[in-house]
Amino acid sequence: MEKFQPAMMDLLRVRNDFPILEREVASGKPLVYLDSTATSQKPLSVIQSMDDYYRRTNANIHRGVHTLAEEATAAYENARERIAAFIGAKKAREVVYTRNTTESINLVAYTWGRKNLKAGDLVILTEMEHHSNLVPWHMLAAELGLRLEFIPVTGDGLLDLAAYRDLLTLSPRLVAFTQMSNVLGTINPAKEIIALAHQAGAVTLVDGAQSVPHLPVNVQDLNVDFLAFSAHKMLGPTGIGALYGKEALLDAMPPFLGGGDMIKKVHLRSFTPNDLPHKFEAGTPAIAEAIGFGAAIDYLNMLGMENVARHEHTIISYALEALNEVDGLNVFGPSAEKKGGVAAFTLPGVHPHDVAQILDSQGIAVRAGHHCAMPLHEKFNLPATTRASFYVYNTLEEVDLLVAGLHKVQEIFG
Amino acid sequence: MDDLYRQIIIERYKTPLYRGELDPHDISFEDENPLCGDHIRIDLRVDENGIVSEAAFNGHGCAISQASADLLLESVIGKPLEEVKALTKQDVLDNLGIELGPVRLKCALLPLKVLKAGVYGLGEAHDGLVED
Ligand SMILES: Cc1ncc(COP(=O)(O)O)c(C=O)c1O
Repeated sequence: MEKFQPAMMDLLRVRNDFPILEREVASGKPLVYLDSTATSQKPLSVIQSMDDYYRRTNANIHRGVHTLAEEATAAYENARERIAAFIGAKKAREVVYTRNTTESINLVAYTWGRKNLKAGDLVILTEMEHHSNLVPWHMLAAELGLRLEFIPVTGDGLLDLAAYRDLLTLSPRLVAFTQMSNVLGTINPAKEIIALAHQAGAVTLVDGAQSVPHLPVNVQDLNVDFLAFSAHKMLGPTGIGALYGKEALLDAMPPFLGGGDMIKKVHLRSFTPNDLPHKFEAGTPAIAEAIGFGAAIDYLNMLGMENVARHEHTIISYALEALNEVDGLNVFGPSAEKKGGVAAFTLPGVHPHDVAQILDSQGIAVRAGHHCAMPLHEKFNLPATTRASFYVYNTLEEVDLLVAGLHKVQEIFG
Repeated sequence: MDDLYRQIIIERYKTPLYRGELDPHDISFEDENPLCGDHIRIDLRVDENGIVSEAAFNGHGCAISQASADLLLESVIGKPLEEVKALTKQDVLDNLGIELGPVRLKCALLPLKVLKAGVYGLGEAHDGLVED
């Protein structure tokens, strides 16, 4: 596929690639999908790649010599290579397929964490983490007696890096943080955070669930040790994600789940683990989904991640200004310069559920709740917010529709 | 879908008739829906014949949950506790006069769940209390 060059993407062409955008919602209104932070929509090429796989290729991988098995194995491994290249990994064997970001983080906690951490060891997280980068560490802390500390979030939704430097003097073993908040939209200075962590002797894990879909991310440039992300938030299918890890770290880690494919040899009372990355992929994996993940990567490469980021910046800048015009509306998080395409907000006197429901009646899909970041909401003393989020297929007109919808909400609750 | 926000729901959300706390009370219970942060506390006074004489709720949440609480309390005042125990999901929906999907149904039913857990003297509210 050729690469798009223009500053603003050829939106009509992009939108035409997403069949779901043609549908109307129950009320007969065209769908305005502003919930890509929860999960993105899928282009036809992704849907077709999986359909083709089931129609033409379907076979189990790594264990047959027949034509279908070989083709399926090649397609599965080839997708891994494109994923590795997409994030700038040196080798495909540094990319482990998982179910999603959550499983990737759990994999690190249960293998690297159990092997390398002991009672009293410090793990640094942040106050803006998604539950998936909190609960695995809560569980491990309870098991091993770890100490958890949190980089505070400032009033304008940034990480307090001075407080982080102070925490680093306590000799943490691990620093695990999100590169982009799914509520505030904050893009954290990952490279700096990682460099400081390394100077303090800590290993680093980046939750890339939001950054990898929306920004150019290069693991070698970041020098990150582990990166976790999900296909479904980057135009790919559900049920598949990835864990990147530096080869030496992954090599030294014990396996995660036990079973077929993750072994080299099995005896009645013992086994030898397989080589990377198969050591961490027990059982029949999500083969069609891995192939769909590869197709999603191809689509993003065709757009160009610089263009994706620029497009979202255009939309969020416009959206923040437009939302400002809505009486009393308060958007959380930093200014457009420091954030991705996410706007979580409150409207005085109207509960986020009611906001989302009335927007839905106008065809506008937004999310209401705590967005799996309860501690962050507690910090800002809010039970819930309404969140609109943007991706490659969203338009400035859709921002106008959102604002019109919010005026309707105010009318109803007026 | 806008009928979800019928005038009565908006009115009862903005100016509830039974918001407050009763001190002393004979029955008090509170619970929340952690998914959306809706929180409801209900206090009742019950006379010597086992009839609800006064009722009040406090809490925060969406228009559906708060209006549902207000309308529910209106319907139980003057009723014997035995009748309160027999209230169902359908009674709540009849109060509100709307149809609800599964997610919003939880908001609407939270007040009934809290009320029944209180009346039955349970330690914890559970969904079984509001299933038809
Ligand atoms: C920042 C962040 N981390 C982790 C996750 C979890 O992703 P998944 O549910 O795909 O495991 C999400 C998804 O909402 C997220 O936004």
